[in-house]
Amino acid sequence: MSVTALPETSVPGSMVDNRSWYQRNRLRVAPWLFLAPAIIFFTIYVIAPIFQSIWTSFFEWNGLNNADGTSSAKWIGLGNYVELLDDEDFYTSLYNNVLWLVLYLLAVPAGLFIALFLNQTVTGMRIYKSLFFFPFVISQVVVGLIFSWFYNPNFGIVGEVWRFFGAAPPSILGDEDLVTYGIIFAGLWPQIAYCMILYLTGLNNVSPDQVEAGRLDHAKGWKMLWYVILPQLKPATFIAVVVTVIGALRSFDMIAIMTQGGPYGSSNVLSYYMFEQALSEFGFRMGYGSAIATVLFFIMLFFISYFLWSMYQDEKR
Amino acid sequence: MYKSLIRATATFGAAALLATTAFAGDLIINFDDPNPKPKAGFEAAVEKFKAANPDINVTVNINDREAHKTAIRNFLSADAPDITSWYPGNRMAPFVNAGQFEDISDLWASDPNLSTSFEAIKPTMTIDGKQWGVPYSYYQWGIYYRKDIFDKMGIAEPKTWDELLAASKKLKEGGVTPITIGTKFLWTAAGVFDYLNLRTNGYEVHNDLTAGKIKYTDPRIKEVFVKWKELMDAGGFVENHATMSWQDALAPFVKGEAAMYVMGNFAVASMKDAGLTEDQIDFFQFPEITPGLPRAEEAPADALFIPAKAKNKEDARKFLAFMAQPEIQSEWNKTIGQLPPNSKAAVGDDKFIQEGFATVSTASGLAQFYDRDAPAEMAKAGMEGFQEFMIKPDRLDKILERLDKVQAKVYK
Repeated sequence: MSVTALPETSVPGSMVDNRSWYQRNRLRVAPWLFLAPAIIFFTIYVIAPIFQSIWTSFFEWNGLNNADGTSSAKWIGLGNYVELLDDEDFYTSLYNNVLWLVLYLLAVPAGLFIALFLNQTVTGMRIYKSLFFFPFVISQVVVGLIFSWFYNPNFGIVGEVWRFFGAAPPSILGDEDLVTYGIIFAGLWPQIAYCMILYLTGLNNVSPDQVEAGRLDHAKGWKMLWYVILPQLKPATFIAVVVTVIGALRSFDMIAIMTQGGPYGSSNVLSYYMFEQALSEFGFRMGYGSAIATVLFFIMLFFISYFLWSMYQDEKR
Repeated sequence: MYKSLIRATATFGAAALLATTAFAGDLIINFDDPNPKPKAGFEAAVEKFKAANPDINVTVNINDREAHKTAIRNFLSADAPDITSWYPGNRMAPFVNAGQFEDISDLWASDPNLSTSFEAIKPTMTIDGKQWGVPYSYYQWGIYYRKDIFDKMGIAEPKTWDELLAASKKLKEGGVTPITIGTKFLWTAAGVFDYLNLRTNGYEVHNDLTAGKIKYTDPRIKEVFVKWKELMDAGGFVENHATMSWQDALAPFVKGEAAMYVMGNFAVASMKDAGLTEDQIDFFQFPEITPGLPRAEEAPADALFIPAKAKNKEDARKFLAFMAQPEIQSEWNKTIGQLPPNSKAAVGDDKFIQEGFATVSTASGLAQFYDRDAPAEMAKAGMEGFQEFMIKPDRLDKILERLDKVQAKVYK
């Protein structure tokens, strides 16, 4: 397109824009240029695989190619999803995911109270704070390992405590009714630390004037917390809930380390069940694993869209 | 003119021939056990092959066992070596069915050593009437026990089911748990199931079950669980087995809190490492349950295969034939403390190897193991079922019905 065809030509000659297209649109182009690397990689490594795995979920495939290089996948349409509907292990995993979601959220209030407790000026406070934050820094694998030792009825601390009271220690990780609670409890330890640090930074920004004003109106204790402090902590609460919900849905490491989904699949969650079906030694059912992944994806999508929507609403105001 | 032309072609042909042998002389091998002894045994065998075939340039890649299980799925189609280690039975089925392993029936038929000295193990290397690999090692399963504890309580090696139950009761009364097991990774429970099944119903039923021809609710299979329950009632297995690996389950055995272990021969090394002496441990065959039933044994084998996409299949066949020779198999298995599949090979003089050889060489049939004979998906569900049964025996009917459902799906 030549410059003469542009509407600018109708303005007086002195205002004719002789700059190149890039120079004229610099402000509009720059953000995209900066975003480009992220967009490209995000598309290749996140967006495309989502569609790939949804596509794979319509096939029955053991992950092998034939010797001549063609894929041995067989189209079975919604077959994998039909099978999921009749799969007890899938429902166990789904139920456990709900348990994770609900109980994991306890990390938010627990983190808040530890943060309130630590938000004072005592000598050496930074050391205490870092000690409380410590579990979030160490790897989930280590946390899982430590807790599986705690829970060991033969030599673990749980066994010792039970024996002290003269009771036979429960085998927490070997009991289908206790195992998920045991793992969630272990998972809460680092998650509480995470929420705590979010609230600690939030508490730094609580305005002292409002607290002062509240004091003048005789607000104290719970009322002070509920009506004055908490509303100011809303951004921290929001982030804490988001990371906790996503953390609960992604729970994988702990289960892999502590039980591998056992005993007999009773501590499985969707993410681990997906791994087990698609990639573990007895798995390599790529299609079925992808179907589980797709279900998990839509569950996550529901939460994430809600969070994004509510964030957007906040920004609009 | 004519003559010189012929001469020229001949020299050209010879040169071409030389060039191809130079190319064909590269032999790449992917092996899957980096532990000191298996590595030493394998490398010694390779050295002998090199000495016998100086014109072949052998390259060896040794990978971790678990990593190999994943990697093989890629390298068979992307960058195939000329030889790879893998497992026979149903474990090789996906690769055979996808056409990724080379059919070496010709080698089995033409090599006099392979065709005569591997009769017992040949069926496990066979799919669709063709042979797909050459086994280099296998090992026995059975019951390992604390001889010192048995002697102290005056218990002899049980030969029959009733004797095993009586021994269990006696141990329990003496404050010792009869059998240790760790089912966290499931397969140990399959060892117990396989033996109960092999002794109650025999080899055919084992094969028919893992081939999907018999239902799990079949009365014969139910009988296996009745026997299992009897064993549990007689004192049975250690508690909390669902949270222990097989290595964790060694602890009660070593401490003398449990006296027997249904295991493969590889456990002996760990028992000795944990401080037990040769005099404290011993081995007996899993006792007879149905009198007169031909005795079959669990004896999982390790084998070498040629990928269909291998570049140098000629030398690869040469290598497999070489590895099947009795002297090579004796030497190799002496180093790793296992049994040579070649029936003409010599066996190590370790007492467990001797007993193992006596056990396996006289067996009427050799089972690979539940999780190698059954397809992966069935094996996983089955082993979870066994574990659940060991914890909640009263759920048996529900478990078996569930396994029937999985079976119907897997073998359609």
